[in-house]
Amino acid sequence: MLEITNLTATAGGTEILRGITLTVNAGEVHAIMGPNGSGKSTLAQVLAGHPAYEVTGGSVRYQGQDLLDMEPEARAQAGIFLAFQYPVEIPGVTNAYFLRAAYNAKRTAQGLEELDPMDFLDLLEEKLKLVEWGPEIMSRAVNAGFSGGEKKRNEILQMAVLEPTLAILDETDSGLDIDALKIVADGVNALRRPDSATIVVTHYQRLLNHIVPDYVHVLAGGRIVKSGGKELALELEARGYEWLTEAAGAAA
Amino acid sequence: MTATSTPRSTAPRPAEPEWVAELRRAGAARYEGLRLPTPRDEDWRFTDLAPIAKAELGLIRAPGALTATDIAPFLFGQAEWPRLVFANGRFQSALSRVTGLPAGVRFAPLAELLADSPELVEGTLGQLAVQPAAASIVGQNAAAFTDGYALVLSAGAVVDTPIHVLFVSDSRAARGAVHPRNVVVLGANAVASVVESYAALADGITLTNTVTEARLAAGARFDHCKIQRESTQAFHLATLEVRQERDSYLNSFSFAEGAALSRTNIYTTMAGPGAHATLYGLYLGDGRQHVDHQTRIEHAAPHCTSWEVYKGILDGHAHGVFNGKVYVHPVAQKTDGKQTNRNLLLSETAKVDTKPQLEIFADDVKCTHGATVGSLNDVPLFYCRSRGIPEAEARTLLTYAFAADVLEEIRSRPVVDYLEGFMRAWLLKAGKRVSGADGQLGRRAAGQETA
Repeated sequence: MLEITNLTATAGGTEILRGITLTVNAGEVHAIMGPNGSGKSTLAQVLAGHPAYEVTGGSVRYQGQDLLDMEPEARAQAGIFLAFQYPVEIPGVTNAYFLRAAYNAKRTAQGLEELDPMDFLDLLEEKLKLVEWGPEIMSRAVNAGFSGGEKKRNEILQMAVLEPTLAILDETDSGLDIDALKIVADGVNALRRPDSATIVVTHYQRLLNHIVPDYVHVLAGGRIVKSGGKELALELEARGYEWLTEAAGAAA
Repeated sequence: MTATSTPRSTAPRPAEPEWVAELRRAGAARYEGLRLPTPRDEDWRFTDLAPIAKAELGLIRAPGALTATDIAPFLFGQAEWPRLVFANGRFQSALSRVTGLPAGVRFAPLAELLADSPELVEGTLGQLAVQPAAASIVGQNAAAFTDGYALVLSAGAVVDTPIHVLFVSDSRAARGAVHPRNVVVLGANAVASVVESYAALADGITLTNTVTEARLAAGARFDHCKIQRESTQAFHLATLEVRQERDSYLNSFSFAEGAALSRTNIYTTMAGPGAHATLYGLYLGDGRQHVDHQTRIEHAAPHCTSWEVYKGILDGHAHGVFNGKVYVHPVAQKTDGKQTNRNLLLSETAKVDTKPQLEIFADDVKCTHGATVGSLNDVPLFYCRSRGIPEAEARTLLTYAFAADVLEEIRSRPVVDYLEGFMRAWLLKAGKRVSGADGQLGRRAAGQETA
């Protein structure tokens, strides 16, 4: 589904990704872990097409297409979803409007008819259950005045509506208490399909108790320095990142 | 600089009391003495009225004669609201509706009221609009006004529905000037909401120079919503000056979209403790429009609060101006004031001059102010795009959103809906595609979706 080959990227002239190679297949969950500043959030944002980052080398293929050649909206319409580490507040636009605009943009791109507000309402009812919310959330402005936990839940609600093929969760666990973490994780798990894949970017092992990865990759200094199974996350929890970053430093 | 119109040419008005005649004489003298302000005057630094003088507009002589169909688009879908309609400055009795108001309320054309009970507005008319910055245009208005609206509520009177006053010009108004004069007197604890609209049925070089004075007695509440959508060739000058007694509340909104050149002055003095004022505004500019707002909030008593948010969206070569002053008198301890002006520029060539000012002469106060001028922020734009919303649609959505939250401050829902619709049309006209099949963007739309 996703094939990243030797990807390098800069932000403001500083090299952040220094050659990432990673393959993600349908049905898999990949965890990207690493210390602060290792480039894991950058990787997530580059995949979504954030204009603040410049890709300087390598390639990314997504479902046979050159992902780097696609506008952010085209990537989303093709099934990529980035759950933001810091979801953006949009005062003046309701959740209902925003979600329907996003949903209909995808429908239009697929050559389908747009859904009218009433039909969309029916669809929403199901999705709201997933994050244990009532309909009142839909008349609030997008993330405006939401608590940290509510913002993350709202990301999962958007994900539920858009049903991505490749979901990228960027530190979705940060700032969540245990109850919110469970709602978010259960939501993500419920949205997994055999033909979809998930990339979980996280600093801590905690979320991975709930969203169990097939593969764990450790990023340090803009490179993947170690890959393994889910037990690698537990090892990182016990030993920290230093032993890997030192090894990476020695190798570089 | 020559006169914009000829105040002394106005016909005598036999029904007026002597104090009104004196007001006119004083106004004419003030205007003759001052002429129009120029950019050398600090209060008019960014707004040059020379084009108005150059146009040499005389008072409109043409009668106004409009039909119900003509004014239907301007009624917010609320035909049952009490209203006064003026066409080319002249009262339209057949299109107006002043029945159904509760006891203790007088709502009438000013000329009519001055003829039968001038004492109701004596002490207010000509007494409140005294800011030196506007003295010249207010003086010209005093010399030349023929009519306008008067709203007088006795103590405790409450009008539940908004009261609409519509000033509309048609093609016969071209190359003419009109000077509407309005007075509002709210007795203790009285409550009223006025929507003052200025609209045009045809393009034309016209001048509107309107003055509204409002006196709020203790505990009164006044919602004032001014909607300026004159023709894009028109000149529009407006002054609202309010005096607030103890515990009164003024909620002012100024929406400006029309006119080649507009200047709106909103001034209030909080003269009694515990008074509260909220001033909101939204101005839209495109082409070569010039849109200027000056506000002045005087804290002249302790324990008063003021809250002000003005927003501007400017495209093309439009020029926006905001000058807001919060003036805190030495006696006004425990003042709480916040003032914000935010501007969104949609083109490289649009520009804004913004000058929020605090002048504080008391020592125990909490006052803040701030202004921003910028283009759409990249972060929300990327957020929308990352959800599949195409860039052009995302830009429109975010531009709309920038304005929508300030519109929500208007008390009357039908007016909010109307202005939201107007915003969408404006965004379309300016070539910025409105997103969504039905263009429903606002909170109301969402409410319907979740109903």
